[in-house]
Amino acid sequence: MSKSERDPLFSGKNMKLLSTPLNDENPITVQVLGICSALAVTTMLEPAVVLAVAVVAVMGIANVIISLLRNTIPNRIRIIVQLVVIASLVILVDQVLKAFLYDVSRQLSVFVGLIITNCIIMGRLEAFALSNKPWPAFLDGLGNAAGYGWILIVVAFFREFLGSGNLWGYPVMETLGVYNFGYQDNGFMILPPMALITVGVIIWVQRTRNRKLIENQ
Amino acid sequence: MDELTNIFVRSIFIDNMVFAYFLGMCSYLAVSRTVSTANGLGIAVVFVLGFTVPVNFLIQNYFLADGAMVWLGENFANVDLSFLSFILFIAVIAAMVQLVEMIIEKFVPALYSSLGIFLPLIAVNCAILGGSLFMQEREYANIAQATSFGLGSGVGFYLAIVGIAAIREKIRYSNVPGPLRGLGITFIVTGLMGIAFMSFMGIAL
Repeated sequence: MSKSERDPLFSGKNMKLLSTPLNDENPITVQVLGICSALAVTTMLEPAVVLAVAVVAVMGIANVIISLLRNTIPNRIRIIVQLVVIASLVILVDQVLKAFLYDVSRQLSVFVGLIITNCIIMGRLEAFALSNKPWPAFLDGLGNAAGYGWILIVVAFFREFLGSGNLWGYPVMETLGVYNFGYQDNGFMILPPMALITVGVIIWVQRTRNRKLIENQ
Repeated sequence: MDELTNIFVRSIFIDNMVFAYFLGMCSYLAVSRTVSTANGLGIAVVFVLGFTVPVNFLIQNYFLADGAMVWLGENFANVDLSFLSFILFIAVIAAMVQLVEMIIEKFVPALYSSLGIFLPLIAVNCAILGGSLFMQEREYANIAQATSFGLGSGVGFYLAIVGIAAIREKIRYSNVPGPLRGLGITFIVTGLMGIAFMSFMGIAL
């Protein structure tokens, strides 16, 4: 890694760490990580955005901490060290949410705690932070968390918009007056199975545009 | 007894870990290529959930909850350690997975060899931590209820993963549109299975 020491902070290679997880290496639609929490909080835009920001924070910081400790962690106990670092950060996030955004924290319920077992975080710590310097590890964390976040927000956008006619709690459909023409909300979008189908459709659209991601069976 | 059956059936069909809360999705998608591996992972999850939920129930009610440490003396009546629950639960789960692994290896070697790598891996399965966190949130009255919730959630996960594995084995012979192949169609099939499971909604025993 002696070469990267001469790299400027925002070199092309570093920016690539930030941008590939958004599309080609997206954690949800390509690497199939961290689906658990991605689907359950997406009935409305607000909790989805809050969870995305929480994951960005936990992941960026956890990657930096593990990367700083990478030469001191004994290989055999690295999993438990990683879990402790993540769990401590998640406790911090949970307490901050309870203090400043209590309503959203109630809506997210167990899914804040489940950031601990979010496989994206563990996966990136294992695969990247343990063998790289803090700055690239930080960018990798941000990139992957953002790749996770944008899927979350897109799913939440469609589910809230089509399911309850609101966006961020604001009654868009009512303001537009479409109910007068016989439009009805599709309450089905709020129910859990539609989150899966929405992600399925996102994968379909993404792979149609980016054909090298298509799987051969 | 009715209450226990009710909790058991609810956690299998209505509050199904996979279809209603999307927990354990990562391993659900990654290990569902063939029925035999899905079967192994499903059994391991039933075991671990059946063990960890009651243990975490005891920890929650004798150490973590507000005023739970009153049995140590009057001075502890106001201690509320519930902010520690994440880190304690995950530690218990990691330890219990090791313990369950050793017990199975000693007494049921055949099952142990068929579970293989899946047993240690489920320490980071979100369904397991999710089970403990739901147990904490729903405030079950006693340990029997918590156990029946844990076992029921495990059986629900088992049904889901074996079902999707069977469907994926068959779907290999179908002509799925290119971009949907693999992951995409699995998501949509899971959604359809979820819709089927929703028909159990509202059942109470």
